[in-house]
Amino acid sequence: MGIKLKALTKSPWVYHLSTGSCNNCDIEILDCLTPRYDLERLGIVLVGSPRHADALLVTGNMTMKCMKRAKEVYDQMPKPGVVIAVGTCALGHGVFEGSYVMPKTVDEVLPVDIYIPGCPPKPEGIIAGVAKLLEMLKQKA
Amino acid sequence: MEYLFAYVIFPGFLFTAVVGMLVSWIDRKVTARVQWRVGPPLFQPLYDFVKLLGKEIIVPRGASKATFLLAPLFGLAAVTLVSSMIWMASLYPDRGFVGDLIVVIYVMMIPSIAVIIGAFASKNRIASLGASREMKLMLADELPFLLAVMVVIIKSEAVHLGQIYHYQETYGMIFSSWSGVLAMIVAVLCMQAKLTLVPFDIPEAETELMGGVFVEYSGPPLAVLKLTRMMMLFTLPMVMVHLFLGGVHFQGMDILWSILKYVVLLVVIVLIRNTNPRVRIDQAMRFFWGPVLIIGIAAVILALLGF
Ligand code: SF4
Repeated sequence: MGIKLKALTKSPWVYHLSTGSCNNCDIEILDCLTPRYDLERLGIVLVGSPRHADALLVTGNMTMKCMKRAKEVYDQMPKPGVVIAVGTCALGHGVFEGSYVMPKTVDEVLPVDIYIPGCPPKPEGIIAGVAKLLEMLKQKA
Repeated sequence: MEYLFAYVIFPGFLFTAVVGMLVSWIDRKVTARVQWRVGPPLFQPLYDFVKLLGKEIIVPRGASKATFLLAPLFGLAAVTLVSSMIWMASLYPDRGFVGDLIVVIYVMMIPSIAVIIGAFASKNRIASLGASREMKLMLADELPFLLAVMVVIIKSEAVHLGQIYHYQETYGMIFSSWSGVLAMIVAVLCMQAKLTLVPFDIPEAETELMGGVFVEYSGPPLAVLKLTRMMMLFTLPMVMVHLFLGGVHFQGMDILWSILKYVVLLVVIVLIRNTNPRVRIDQAMRFFWGPVLIIGIAAVILALLGF
């Protein structure tokens, strides 16, 4: 297990899954890849297929329609893999508290490894969260 | 035994894989610098490879398992063979056999075919779409590429890698003649398509096809596919250097000169990749069968006339 996780901390490929966000979190995530923040220096790249992913990055509320699909996407990701929840919506319900279309939060559907709060979180915040996650994985390995 | 060593270790698998990783790092680093970013660390391709080896293999339901898992290995074996043949031709130009150039050209197509077969075997619609595009791209670039190679054959009057090498030693490299320059331009464009780099990364179009032909691969098979890509990025320009730029020489300063030739070619590829948007498949076909083909024919005619 050791070397597998260690290699994973060096090159986490991220699949970006929006389960019903207002799209603002998603834009902040793309900001992390811009020249100013450049996440590729940590080996992080966005990939197009969940089959290539090591990390599932979930933004937004878990709506009823999305619950089944999100689980499916999680199953499609080869293990070992981690789940990152970004934004207040993904942590609880955020500004959509009390809506009838979302009976569950993200972490009731998927095993979330790290939460990054903010509405939306700043790119610095997202990078700090990811760095903490990598630190955590390194200690586990 | 000697051939096994050549295939597995020195000019073959191990050497090509290590240099391929280095080269793919250069590619990513230069891309990052062009975009004013820092870019990945030196060992990034190795980390990616090791990580993918440690992941789970998922075979999609309904896929043909053996074909799906074996196809990447065929690609890897083929690119290793091309690399060993080219390097052996530079190391021992007098060995080899008549027609090895043709073998190299055929074997160079196998990685693409392997990818197509693997994608069709995965029973994924997006993968088949990518595979059909890859097939069209192959049809498009193969014809001009053969014309470019024909110029080399006409000039050196040989279909033998070693003799082409000797010819360029005595008469200067093919690139120094007019027909050679045209042929080289054609070949570089075709190489871009063979490597499926932007502007011809149509089969895997990340933004529309989510990785296209690779969409269902995960874990070790994906690692093999990625490694094949990296090795191609090393091997194909090497073939060009051998055919058009006089090949690799090993005496004294010539080594540096040979490396320089390769690096310049690589930087040209990376710059083309970074300064162009992706084209549509029909545009790519029209491009290769129109202007590029005409340049290729012009090069062949010039070569026949002796320029
Ligand atoms: S956390 Fe805020 S920015 Fe992010 S999806 Fe929810 S409402 Fe939008």
